Amino acid sequence: MPATTKVIRKTKRTLTEQTYVAEIGKGLSLTMSRFFKNAFGPEDKKEIATVMYPEEQREYPERFRGIHRLTQRAGGEPRCVACLCCSTACPAQCIHIEAAEYAEDDPRYGYERFPAVFVIDELRCIFCGYCVEACPVDAIRMDTGMHMPPSTARDHFLYDKQTLLSLPSRDGTHESGNPRHEPGDPTHPGIDRLQGH
Amino acid sequence: MSTGAIFLASALKILFIVLVVIGAFAPLLVWVDRRQSAMIQDRVGPHRAGFTLPKDVVKGIAALVNPLRFGTRGALALALACLFGLVVLGLSGSGDLAGATPKDLYRYALAMTVFAGLLFLGRWVHEGLVNAGGKITLFGVLHPAADAMKMIWKEDFVPARADKLLHALAPVITLIPAIASFAVIPFADVLYLEYWNQVLPVAADGAAQAVALVGDAVPMQVASLNVGILFIFAVAGTGVIGAAIGGYASDNKFSLMGGMRAASQMVSYEVALGLTIVPCFMMYGSLRLEEMALWQAQNAWGIFLPPLTLAFLLYFTAATAETKRVPFDVPEGESELVGGYLTEYSGLKFGIFFTGEYVEMVAFSALAAVLFFGGWDVPWLYANGFDLPGTWAYTVPLTDWVISDKIAVTHWVVIALQVGSTLFKVIAFLFLQMMIRWSLPRFRYDQIMSLCWKGVLPLALVNILLTGILILLFD
Repeated sequence: MPATTKVIRKTKRTLTEQTYVAEIGKGLSLTMSRFFKNAFGPEDKKEIATVMYPEEQREYPERFRGIHRLTQRAGGEPRCVACLCCSTACPAQCIHIEAAEYAEDDPRYGYERFPAVFVIDELRCIFCGYCVEACPVDAIRMDTGMHMPPSTARDHFLYDKQTLLSLPSRDGTHESGNPRHEPGDPTHPGIDRLQGH
Repeated sequence: MSTGAIFLASALKILFIVLVVIGAFAPLLVWVDRRQSAMIQDRVGPHRAGFTLPKDVVKGIAALVNPLRFGTRGALALALACLFGLVVLGLSGSGDLAGATPKDLYRYALAMTVFAGLLFLGRWVHEGLVNAGGKITLFGVLHPAADAMKMIWKEDFVPARADKLLHALAPVITLIPAIASFAVIPFADVLYLEYWNQVLPVAADGAAQAVALVGDAVPMQVASLNVGILFIFAVAGTGVIGAAIGGYASDNKFSLMGGMRAASQMVSYEVALGLTIVPCFMMYGSLRLEEMALWQAQNAWGIFLPPLTLAFLLYFTAATAETKRVPFDVPEGESELVGGYLTEYSGLKFGIFFTGEYVEMVAFSALAAVLFFGGWDVPWLYANGFDLPGTWAYTVPLTDWVISDKIAVTHWVVIALQVGSTLFKVIAFLFLQMMIRWSLPRFRYDQIMSLCWKGVLPLALVNILLTGILILLFD
C-alpha cells in the first residue's frame, strides 16, 4: 500500500519581506504599542502579568492551605476538645497537644476535655491538610489565606494556642461556619446528663 | 575673551557633558534597558531600589501637602466658585470693587489653573510618597544607582593567566574615546555674553550672523575643530582596540572569539559609517559640526533632503552595528559565546565596559541629531525669538492682549531651548534604538558581514555619486 504523503511547501517570501525594512517597521510598531499600553495606558488596558510584591499582593486561591488557625466558640475559647485526632493524623508529627479536664462544676466536665497546650511547629508542617480532615469538631482550619510570615529564629515558628486562636479566617471571623451544640442545648445530639443517660 | 575665561567656560562645558552623558544618560539607559524591556514583555521590571525618608520628614511633608489634597474635582469646584463670585461682583455694578474687569477675570482664571495644578501635585506627592511610607524609588530610576554601588563593591575577578595590565586597560580604552567624541558636538548656537539677558539685536531670518555683535562669544561645544566630524571617527575608531584587547587579555577562548568578532565587525562598519555621511559634507559644505547645524537651521533639516534620507538610514544601520547593539551584537552573543569579550569581566571593570557602550550609543545618537535632524535647531525659533509660519495676530476677546506670529525671546532662553532640543533629539534616537533592541532577533555573523560589504557600503558609494549629481544639477 503506498503511503499517503502530504507535501507542505515552504512559503515564499514576498518582496516586502525580503527588503526587511517594512518588517522592521511592523516589529517596532508591535513592541512600541505594547510598551505604551503597559507603561502609560489606562489601568484596565494594561496587560502586565506581574505585581509589585510586596506592596501589591495577589489573593491566594480559595482552597489554598495557609497557616493553621484554631476556631473559637462563642465565648472565645477553642472549639478543640483535645481528642488528639489531628496530632495522630499528622504525618510530620508537628502538632503537640496536652489535654486537660474542665472543672467539676463545668457542664462540659466528663464530656469533653480542652487543650491546655496546643503547639504547631510550622517549620515541620508539610501543609498536607490531614489535621483539618481528621478533626471531628471543626476546630482546626487552614483557611487563613496567609503563607507563613518569615522570621529569623526557629522558635518564632512554634505557634502556641493563643497565636493560633488569634488568627482570623479569610473573611475576618474567628468562628467556624458550623454551629456548635453545647451539652445542655436542646439541639445537642449526643448523650446528655439531664436526659438521664 | 581672556585665557582664564576661556578655560572656565571650557571646564563648565566639559562638566555639563560629563554630567549629562555619564551622570544622566548612562543610568537612564540602564533603567530603560531593564524597565522598558519589562514593560514590553508584560512585566513590572526592577523597581525595588530606593531609600526611605526619616519618619519626621515624611510627617512634615504630609502636613505640607495635606491642605492641597482636594483632588481635581475639589480644585475645579473651588475655581468655579471663585469665578462665579467674580461674575456676581461684576454684574452687581459696584465698579469701585477691584478685580472684575475681563482682564482680571482672565488673570484669575490663570491663577486658578495654577492653583488647581498645585492641588493635583499635592495629591500626587501624597499618594506617591506619604502613602508609601516615605520610600522614594522614582519609578525604579534608583535601580541603576544601586547597580553601580553593587558593581563597585563586587569582587574584581581576573583570570589567573590573564594579562593583568591589558585586562584592566581594555574597559578604559573603550570608555575614554566614547566620552572624547562629545568634544566637537554642539549643544546650542553661539552664546553672546553681552546680550545674555536681552533679545539678540539681529534680523529674524537667516541673516542673523551678518549683524556685528560686540562682546564675548562662547561657542556651545567644547572644541571647535576644523576637522570636526573626522575627529569623532578618529577617536571612536579606537573603541575597537578596547574590545579586541579585552577579548585577547582574558585568556579565554570565548572572550577571544568575541574580541575578534567585535574587531572585524567594527572595522568593517567603520568604513561604511564614514562613507554613509560623506553626502552630508557635500551638502553642508563643511566638516565643522556647528556649521552643519547652522546650515540646517537656515535651510532645511538633512533628513528632508532626498539623498540624505537614504544616508540617514544607512548611517543608522552602520551606527547600530558600530555600537554592537542588537541585532548586531554577535560579539557578545550569549547563546554561543557565553558573554563574548565580556565573559571574564566582573565588578567595576564590567561596569565601565557597559558605561562605555552606552556612552558610545549616546555619542552616535547625538551625531545623528546634528547631521540629519538640525542639531540644536528648534522649528521656527531664530536667534531673536519665534517666527511662526504666516502673518497673523490674535486679540484675546474683551482685552487688548495680542498674540502674533512673532514672539521675542530672550537670548539665554533661546540657548536653553536649543540645548533642550538637542537633548530631546538624542533621547528620541536612544528610545528608537532601545525599541529596535527589543524587536529584532540577532543576525548571523556572515549576514552581518555581507550586509556591510555588499549592502551598506555600495549603497553609500552610490549615494555619494547621486548627491554629487544632484548638487551639480541644482547648484
